[in-house]
Amino acid sequence: MNDLRELYEEVILDHNRNPRNFGRRPPECNRAAHGHNPLCGDQVEVSMTLRDGVIEDIAFDGEGCAISTASASMMTQALKGRTGKEARSLFDAMHAVLVEEAEPDHDRLGKLAALLGVKDFPMRVKCATLPWHTMEAALEGRDAPVTTE
Amino acid sequence: MRTDDTAAFDVEAVRADFPALDQEVNGHPLAYLDNGATSQKPRAVIEALRDYYERDNSNVHRGVHTLSERATAAYEGTREKVRSFLNAPSEREIVFARGTTEAINLVANGFVRPRLREGDEIVISHMEHHSNIVPWQMLRDELGAKLRVVPIDDDGALDLDAYLAMLGPRTRFVSMTHVANSLGTVNPVREIVEAAHAVGAQVLLDSAQAVPHLAVDVQALDCDFLAFSAHKVLGPTGIGALYGRMEHLESMVPWQGGGDMILAVTFEKATWNAVPYRFEAGTPNIADTIAMGVGLDYLREIGLDRVAAWEHDLLAYADERVRAIPGVRIFGDAPEKSSILSFVIEGVHAHDVGTILDSEGVAVRTGHHCTMPVMARFDVPAMARASLAFYNTRGDIDALARGIEKVRDVFRLNR
Repeated sequence: MNDLRELYEEVILDHNRNPRNFGRRPPECNRAAHGHNPLCGDQVEVSMTLRDGVIEDIAFDGEGCAISTASASMMTQALKGRTGKEARSLFDAMHAVLVEEAEPDHDRLGKLAALLGVKDFPMRVKCATLPWHTMEAALEGRDAPVTTE
Repeated sequence: MRTDDTAAFDVEAVRADFPALDQEVNGHPLAYLDNGATSQKPRAVIEALRDYYERDNSNVHRGVHTLSERATAAYEGTREKVRSFLNAPSEREIVFARGTTEAINLVANGFVRPRLREGDEIVISHMEHHSNIVPWQMLRDELGAKLRVVPIDDDGALDLDAYLAMLGPRTRFVSMTHVANSLGTVNPVREIVEAAHAVGAQVLLDSAQAVPHLAVDVQALDCDFLAFSAHKVLGPTGIGALYGRMEHLESMVPWQGGGDMILAVTFEKATWNAVPYRFEAGTPNIADTIAMGVGLDYLREIGLDRVAAWEHDLLAYADERVRAIPGVRIFGDAPEKSSILSFVIEGVHAHDVGTILDSEGVAVRTGHHCTMPVMARFDVPAMARASLAFYNTRGDIDALARGIEKVRDVFRLNR
């Protein structure tokens, strides 16, 4: 069995219990997108204040499993203050490990590395990537709901 | 295995007939508790598929050669097996379909559509599978009919009084689940049918979750239509059957046109074939149909009374074991229940429950179970569902209980 302890690391459980930047929209929010995995029931809204290409504030709302909740929570922490370009690059680095089976670049991923245990649980990768795809849609101002199913 | 009526139920002998049960998953013996999604298949069913392709493979209703005769005999012989399984009066009242979903759509389009007038009402319940909601919504939206939904109570039981009050001169059709797939509720289908008939409406029973667990007699139920899928009752996927009362089937127009459903074709017109062939256009799913019959034979040999008694005892044991675990909430406490135990663990999403149970070799379904209105009714995004079959044991239930304890452990709920 792939290691459950790696999937449900302490930091994941902590973000699931106490999600950061959760349940609100940034006061001057000007971008938002909705993600929905209908088979799972995972729902996430990612909203941000984007000024001069910089994510000044970012938050999320919704309902999902521990993996998607922790992924969204850690994502908002990692992206606050970054440029849209840096956010995409970080998503690419996550995606490479989770979907394309690349070796993780720990320097680049930092704390987000805690999310990588999900790569051994193929059925759950879509839970971890949903908030990221939704974030990308918000950056691009896309209206259509995002799904990773 | 072979049993006679007086023999005790030998679960180990039964399990030996199911190759898929004999395996380890993630280092644990498989505890397969996802029978509501699909059952495992006995060796006889698997061999029937192989035998057909190795020996009898040919097209039915066409050739005069020996293989075609054998294939046709086995295929049509299955109609008789299904008739007998449901105690239908005539094998011509058995229509083969891809499954329950296709059977419901056939009735919606072939029987209800031509009779439906603007303002007419179709009655379903709050506990239906999406497959018994969406076809009726499509008809409603197209023809200006109304969809009435019978409420359920906090135990997941049908509000029978509300149903009776809902029936009236505008009621055109009632389509109701026999056993609810996410709650296990066994509906009072005899009363449902009788009351509908009293106002001149016909009734379809979605018996997908009923036929694997309890003896079904369409004459005793007096229903107009009844649908089930083979794969939930030991057979292959992609095949199922619709029982329809002969007078109704005779009155129905074909749904799909093609070969096998006609008697004669010119460029001016086609003459329809007799019931039930009228509804079976194209070369059918021959091998899976034959294997479906073998699965029904297997179940009949064990005996549905014996199955129901074993599962009843097992469900009571599962309910007791799971309910005793702190933080677990069980959904579906109807007085009449069959084979289903749905639950959530407070503070843990159902998908995390499913992943951790799988790490213990326990297979359950997690999600909305194609019953989003039931999730909304109980205000949860998803549930975990253990669904039983007669080959499950108390050991499987113990594994489930251990798995739930592990969920609580992984999520630090035991501290």
